[in-house]
Amino acid sequence: MNRINKLFQEKKNILSIYYTAGYPGLNDTLKIAEELELAGADLLEIGFPYSDPVADGPVIQASSKEALDAGMTLQLLFGQLKELRKTVNIPVLLMGYVNPMLQYGVDNFCKSCAEVGVDGCIVPDLPMVEYEELYMDVFKKHGLTNIFLVTPQTSDERIRKIDGLTTGFIYLLSSSATTGQNLQVSDQTEAYFSRIAAMKLDHPTMIGFGISSGETFDKACKFANGGIIGSAFVKSLDPQDLKGSVHRFVEKIRG
Amino acid sequence: MSYFVNEKGYYGDFGGAYIPEMLYPNVEELRNSYLKIIADENFQKEFHELLKDYVGRPSPLYLAKRLSQKYNANIFLKREDLNHTGAHKINNTIGQILLAERLGKKRIIAETGAGQHGVATATVCALRGLECVVYMGEIDIKRQAPNVARMKMLGAKVVPATSGSKTLKDATNEAMRDWINNPVDTHYIIGSVVGPHPYPDMVAIFQSIISEETKKQLLEQTGSDQPDYVLACVGGGSNAMGMFYHFLADEKVKLVAVEAAGKGVDSGHSAATTALGKEGVLHGSRSILMQTPDGQVVEPYSVSAGLDYPGIGPQHAHLFKSGRGEYVSVTDDESLQAGLLLTQLEGIIPAIESAHALAYLEKMKFTSHENVVVCLSGRGDKDMDTYMKYFDL
Repeated sequence: MNRINKLFQEKKNILSIYYTAGYPGLNDTLKIAEELELAGADLLEIGFPYSDPVADGPVIQASSKEALDAGMTLQLLFGQLKELRKTVNIPVLLMGYVNPMLQYGVDNFCKSCAEVGVDGCIVPDLPMVEYEELYMDVFKKHGLTNIFLVTPQTSDERIRKIDGLTTGFIYLLSSSATTGQNLQVSDQTEAYFSRIAAMKLDHPTMIGFGISSGETFDKACKFANGGIIGSAFVKSLDPQDLKGSVHRFVEKIRG
Repeated sequence: MSYFVNEKGYYGDFGGAYIPEMLYPNVEELRNSYLKIIADENFQKEFHELLKDYVGRPSPLYLAKRLSQKYNANIFLKREDLNHTGAHKINNTIGQILLAERLGKKRIIAETGAGQHGVATATVCALRGLECVVYMGEIDIKRQAPNVARMKMLGAKVVPATSGSKTLKDATNEAMRDWINNPVDTHYIIGSVVGPHPYPDMVAIFQSIISEETKKQLLEQTGSDQPDYVLACVGGGSNAMGMFYHFLADEKVKLVAVEAAGKGVDSGHSAATTALGKEGVLHGSRSILMQTPDGQVVEPYSVSAGLDYPGIGPQHAHLFKSGRGEYVSVTDDESLQAGLLLTQLEGIIPAIESAHALAYLEKMKFTSHENVVVCLSGRGDKDMDTYMKYFDL
C-alpha cells in the first residue's frame, strides 16, 4: 500500500504542512522536510515556485519569488530531494502550477517524482478534463496520486467525479479564497463541511486554506481527516533558527 | 481548418480553461450562458444601440491618401481611435457590462495595462451604476497618469499591482485573485482575447464589430469587401482579433499581426511573443508565452504599455501556428517614428500601440495599389508624455 493510503488508514487528525521549496534558504528544502517529520507533521506538501501564482496570497507569493530569485528550478528541486527517502518516511506531495510542469515535460516530471519518492501532486490550475484525457495514465504509470481541490461552490456532481478520479484524498478549501486568510467557520461553512461528510465519499478529506492555529486546526479535524497549513507555517520560518522555528510551530498547532 | 473555438474551448492546440477550482463555478456559469445571452434579441438591441449612440459607431474607414501615396497602396485606417474613450476597448466593455447585468453581478473588476481598458471599464460602470475596481501595475500607473485620473473621476477604485514586473501581467494576476476571493457577486471584465475559455471567444465576438463594419465600408468605398491585407498590433490581441474576425475564413485576405519588439527582438527588452515564446499556460489558457526553460514567465518590455504582455490570446497562437496569420514585430523606435509620420501626413496622432501596426507598412512591398486596412486601435493623447520625451517636443 502506498504511503498516502496507509497514513489515512492508520491515523486521525492528520497534520499536513505546505512550504515553498528553496525558502527561506535555497538549500533548506530537505532540512525542513526532515525537521517537520521529527516535529510531528504527518504529510508534506512541497511547493515548487512559479512566477505567477494566481491562487496564492501575499505570503506564498513572496516566498515563491524569493526562492525563484535565489535560483530555484524544478531540476534543482529534484536534485535536492534525491536523498529524500533516506531520512523522510512520511508521504510527500509536490504542489505547484501547471506551466513549470509542462516545460519540464509531464512524463519526465512524474518520472522524477517517482524516482525521489514523491507520492503525488497538487496542481491547482490543471483542469480535471485535461488531467483525465492527457495525463492520468502518466500519473498512474509512475504510481503518483493527483489531489483535487473542492470549494463551497463545487457541485455535488463534480465532487463525485473528483472522488472517482483521485487515489489519495480530497482537498477541501474552507472558502473560495487565495491562500493565507483566516478560517472563519460560519454556519455556512459548517453546512458545507457537513454536506461533504454526508456524501460518504470513497476518499478521505483534508481541510485547507485559512488554518493558522491549534484552534483552527482542531476545527478542521472535527469535520475532516485533518488540516493543511501553508501560509502561517511559511511566515513562521526563521532563517536564523530554522529547526527551532519548525518545532515551535508544530508544537503550537498540536497543543 | 477552423479558426474558431471548438466545443471544448480550444483553437487547435490552444485555449482551454486552466484555472484553479475556486474560479470554476464563475467560468462555468459564463461558459454555459455567454452565447445564449449574446444571441438574445433584447441583448443585441441594447448592445447595438449603445455602440451607435454612446460609443459613436460605426467608426469611419478612412482612406489615408498621403500615407497611401507614400507606400504605393490604398491604406485604409479603421478609426477605432474615434470611439468614446479613445480606443477599441469600449466595444468589449459595453458587451460585457450588459452580460454582467444579465448574470445579476453587482461588482465589476478589471485589469489594465495602458489604462485604456480600465477607462473603458470605469466608463461603462459609471454608465450603469456598478461598483468598479481596476487593477493596474504600479509602473503603468506612473507612465499613464492621465488615464488613472480619468478612472478615478469615473468613480473607479484603482488598485496598484505591486508584484512581479508591476505591469499588465501582474495586474491580471491581482484581478484573478480578487475574483477568487469574491466568487459570487463579481464579474471580471477581461480586456483582451486572453484568459480561460470562454473569454477569448467572448471578447473576440464583441470586438468583431470592427471587421463587420470594415467589410461593409470597404464594399461601399471600393466595390469589394475583400482587402489584400489587414494589419493590427498585438499585445494580448483584442483589436487584432476584432479586425481579423470576419476575414478569418477568407484565406485570400492576408492577416498581419504586429508585435512589440521593444528595443529589438534579441535585446532582452522585448515583448515579441511569437518570436521569443514557447507553448505554455498563462492566465488560464494554453497559448504561446515568453518564459524561461523552467517555465517561469519572463517580464516583457515595450515602450507601449498596452503591448507589454508576455503572452498572446490562444486564437492568435492558433493563427500563428497554422500559418493563417503572419506574426511580425517592430521596435520602439520604428513605432514612434510611424506615429510621427501619421501625425504629419494625416493629422492623426495614434496611440503608440496602433503606431506599431503602422510601422510595419514600412517593411511591406506593395506593387499594384493593393487595398490595405490598418486598425487604428486608439488615439495618442495618453502617450503625449512619451512622444514629447522621444521627439523633444
